[in-house]
Amino acid sequence: MAVPAAGVAVAVGAIPLGHARAEAERLGPVVGFLAAVLVLAHFCDAEGLFRACGAWTARWARGRPVRLLTAVFALASAITAVLSLDATVVLLTPVVFATAARTGVRPKPHVYACTHLSNTASLLLPVSNLTNLLAFTASGLSFTRFAALMALPWLVAIGAEYVVFRRFFARDLAAAAPSPRTGEPPGLPLFALVTVACTLAGFVVASTFGVEPVWAALAGALVLAGRALVRRTATPLTVVRAAAPAFLAFVLALAIVVRAVVDNGLAGALGHVLPGGTGLPALLAVAALAAVLANLINNLPAVLVLLPLTAPAGPGAVLAVLLGVNIGPNLTYAGSLATLLWRRIVHQHEHGVDLEEFTRLGLLAVPSALLPAVVALWGALQAL
Amino acid sequence: MRVIAWLVEGTWPACVDAVRTYAPHASEVVLLHVSGEEVPGVAHGAFAGLLGRGHPWGRPPAEGWGRDPGDLLADLGGTSAAELLDAAAARLGRPCTRLERGGRVEREVVAAAEGADLLVLARDGDRERLGPRSLGPAARFAVDHAPCPVLLVWPETAPDLTTMPPPPPPPSPLPHSPHHR
Repeated sequence: MAVPAAGVAVAVGAIPLGHARAEAERLGPVVGFLAAVLVLAHFCDAEGLFRACGAWTARWARGRPVRLLTAVFALASAITAVLSLDATVVLLTPVVFATAARTGVRPKPHVYACTHLSNTASLLLPVSNLTNLLAFTASGLSFTRFAALMALPWLVAIGAEYVVFRRFFARDLAAAAPSPRTGEPPGLPLFALVTVACTLAGFVVASTFGVEPVWAALAGALVLAGRALVRRTATPLTVVRAAAPAFLAFVLALAIVVRAVVDNGLAGALGHVLPGGTGLPALLAVAALAAVLANLINNLPAVLVLLPLTAPAGPGAVLAVLLGVNIGPNLTYAGSLATLLWRRIVHQHEHGVDLEEFTRLGLLAVPSALLPAVVALWGALQAL
Repeated sequence: MRVIAWLVEGTWPACVDAVRTYAPHASEVVLLHVSGEEVPGVAHGAFAGLLGRGHPWGRPPAEGWGRDPGDLLADLGGTSAAELLDAAAARLGRPCTRLERGGRVEREVVAAAEGADLLVLARDGDRERLGPRSLGPAARFAVDHAPCPVLLVWPETAPDLTTMPPPPPPPSPLPHSPHHR
């Protein structure tokens, strides 16, 4: 739907064709990076990495709910940081649910943990979230500097979520499991693990030598996809599907639509609200505004709107936007009011979800994670 | 006598044991598990929050990045409910009926208890101390609305009496009113 909208925006002259082309060219590498990460995560799943992770957590937790929650926090944070939030939502959540159910543990806190961490734990690396990839190119930071600045906010935000979860779900976590069945010891998906580790090392090396880190991601994706093709466990069509081409087109089109909206007045309106500078109060205000905007219109358009406005103030402001748009969506069911309304319109009602409980958890978790994370970012900016 | 035992992950063995202890041997025992829509709903919401990945109009595909994890969770939930009921039936060691339901958990329990002679359920709240907080919202609703006698059990050994709050202090004598001076 964003693709025809972008076509209309260009056709009616809301955005000059030159601007649209410039936007598409600027985002080309971002979209390539995104495709590579999606392919990497897809073939990690095909190699059995996620199933093995589920089995490891089950064995480590031994049917004890609090231990399982700790393991799920560690696992979901690592998967989100390295293989992106899509991997956590689509691939890891079912594995975590099955692990909890198999060991007789109530699955609710653990599934909630996956959904919250897919947002909160997506702060660390440029590849963790599409919002980061967009901001990464706008900020002018190197891959390693981005990670170094975000490491402390990432840890602080996850720690805050953990404390909130332990208290909020204390009752569910107290229900002891009767017969923990840990199942068969999992096979080690060594090839996938080594490929992911080499890709991460590739990011660091590439960034040291001034090479675009997208090449490391592409190499990792090609290795895993190539192995699957050689072993005939995948066809070229599978590889193309793993890159989610419809989604890639959506990202480009959305960027063009947002650019049209920003150029036609939104920039002026928001420019008055956004504080300048990179002192702690300014960073807090930017992050809060980003979180509010993400909850209204979803985090992807929010980051596209805010990037051109904050990029001139330097990388500190851009990273504060990321804290807001990445942690903020935990407040609203389905990530934003816009998505929620849309689901109402197309009759995908959520009969089952207790919206009050969801929102209560969000109201506790989002400020508890966002506030110390911004302070940590401010500290990291001073120290590094 | 028709006995319904509502079984929940983590606390069900106490309910099965209560049926073995208190229900007469000739009873018709129904083991009930209700799968809530809530947990799949949380996953649906997380997926919907990923803008541009899903299929807003049509049916989502069965695999790949467009697959809604909430649908998968609903399927997995059915399998794990069946396994729980199997384990419970084995622990009971008597003839019984297994009943799986889906929907709003507390309301499904009340509906299933219609016409029964006994509903067995476990406390699902704070189990450290005696008191009203030992019932969570779902068990509270079932106890309050059950259309039959209820047997409410502690999942483990009950806390001892010292966990009760101290009784309120005796009412102090009223201070003298000023005009009595």
